[in-house]
Amino acid sequence: MIEIQDIHKSFGSLEVLKGVSLNVEKGEVVSVIGGSGSGKSTMLMCINGLEKIQRGRILVDGTDVHARNTDLNKLRRKIGIVFQQWNAFPHLTVLENVMLAPRKVLGRSRQDAEAVAVQRLTDVGLAEKLKVYPSKLSGGQQQRMAIARALAMEPDYMLFDEVTSALDPQLVGEVLDTLRMLSSKGMTMIVVTHEIAFAREVSDRVAFFHQGRIHEIGSPEHVIGNPQQPETIAFLKSVL
Amino acid sequence: MFSTSMSWHDLGFVLQGAGVTLAVTFWAILLGTVLGMLFGLIRAVSPWWIAAPLGVVLDVPRSVPLLIQLVIINSFKSIIGVNASPFVVSCVVLGIYASAYCSEIVRGGILAVPTTTRRAARSLGMTYWQDLKEIVFPMALRVMLPSWIGLTLGVMKDTALVLWIGIIELLRASQIIVTRIQEPLFVLTVAGLIYFAMSFPIARLGAWLEKRWQEND
Repeated sequence: MIEIQDIHKSFGSLEVLKGVSLNVEKGEVVSVIGGSGSGKSTMLMCINGLEKIQRGRILVDGTDVHARNTDLNKLRRKIGIVFQQWNAFPHLTVLENVMLAPRKVLGRSRQDAEAVAVQRLTDVGLAEKLKVYPSKLSGGQQQRMAIARALAMEPDYMLFDEVTSALDPQLVGEVLDTLRMLSSKGMTMIVVTHEIAFAREVSDRVAFFHQGRIHEIGSPEHVIGNPQQPETIAFLKSVL
Repeated sequence: MFSTSMSWHDLGFVLQGAGVTLAVTFWAILLGTVLGMLFGLIRAVSPWWIAAPLGVVLDVPRSVPLLIQLVIINSFKSIIGVNASPFVVSCVVLGIYASAYCSEIVRGGILAVPTTTRRAARSLGMTYWQDLKEIVFPMALRVMLPSWIGLTLGVMKDTALVLWIGIIELLRASQIIVTRIQEPLFVLTVAGLIYFAMSFPIARLGAWLEKRWQEND
């Protein structure tokens, strides 16, 4: 499980996270909603150690992410992350994009890595695009490739950072379908998103971020269906 | 009817000079590229108190005219008693000169790789060096290639300056023939054509690689 305990994070004098605590159980899907700059994405970066924290701690399966002696490269193998910008490796084909980390990081043989990569790419509906370079794909396809790339590492957790925000509206659906497929398979996920309807549909819990804190958290029916805090109500009114 | 006193033997002599030009270019670019990669990488990834002084040092070979560098180093070599031929001095001076430019190209190429792409690589569990080797260098190479080809062609033409420390390369060989047969226009045209014939394949190779890569990216 992921245990976030009172984390604080500043960029210079700007405090982005002002004491965030959140536990995510195995198999749970937690959506994180909130306005821009409320600290949602920063929290995800802190979970896999891409960003340092100033106070508090984060435990992933009991391992302190920011402890000095933690092997971050090893820890990151079990935490997949997909970004708003899909960050394809442009010099590699779709298949090579997905095979790279299993080969280099996990030391898989070419055959093994390829078998897994083909499977994952088939899962996300890209079986026809194996030999194609990412530049030939649509945004939605590139984003699904990025998801397959993270899944090929066989992570225990998946973090999604506004994965549909940079997509054309008609491409959002195919990426959300991929996330639905993952949640139905029991993947533990933290999904930072602006897709409120989607958050309501797939999440076990929804967390509303406001000014660097979790302002309201609970079941989707509670937080989205019947919010109590005035800030949550105002935010939902502005996006729905 | 056109006639010339330039003999086949003279042409052979000029072509021999062209061989020297190619050799100096090859070694200078090899040295310049290896050092330039190293310096460029250091400048792109190290903290400012290493990157900035190195940048200043590399500004020297970029700012001082090549001719002055050649003559000074060639004299200096005799003063400190290093037994190096003018050919070696030429390759080293041009190599360092090329490395200063190359480091700038490499630095720019590395910095052109988006941070977000590098983060994606690291978040897959790749180490710092795996990220550099598998992601940053291949991506940077595509940015660097056109400038590197330009540098190679530039260095090839700059090799003409080594005639000042007594090396008979293409231009010097042509001058020698001109002095004897007194047909500067014709001989220099021949020399120019030879320079072009040597540059053209490199330029085409660069354009071909660039096109091939662009089809993917």
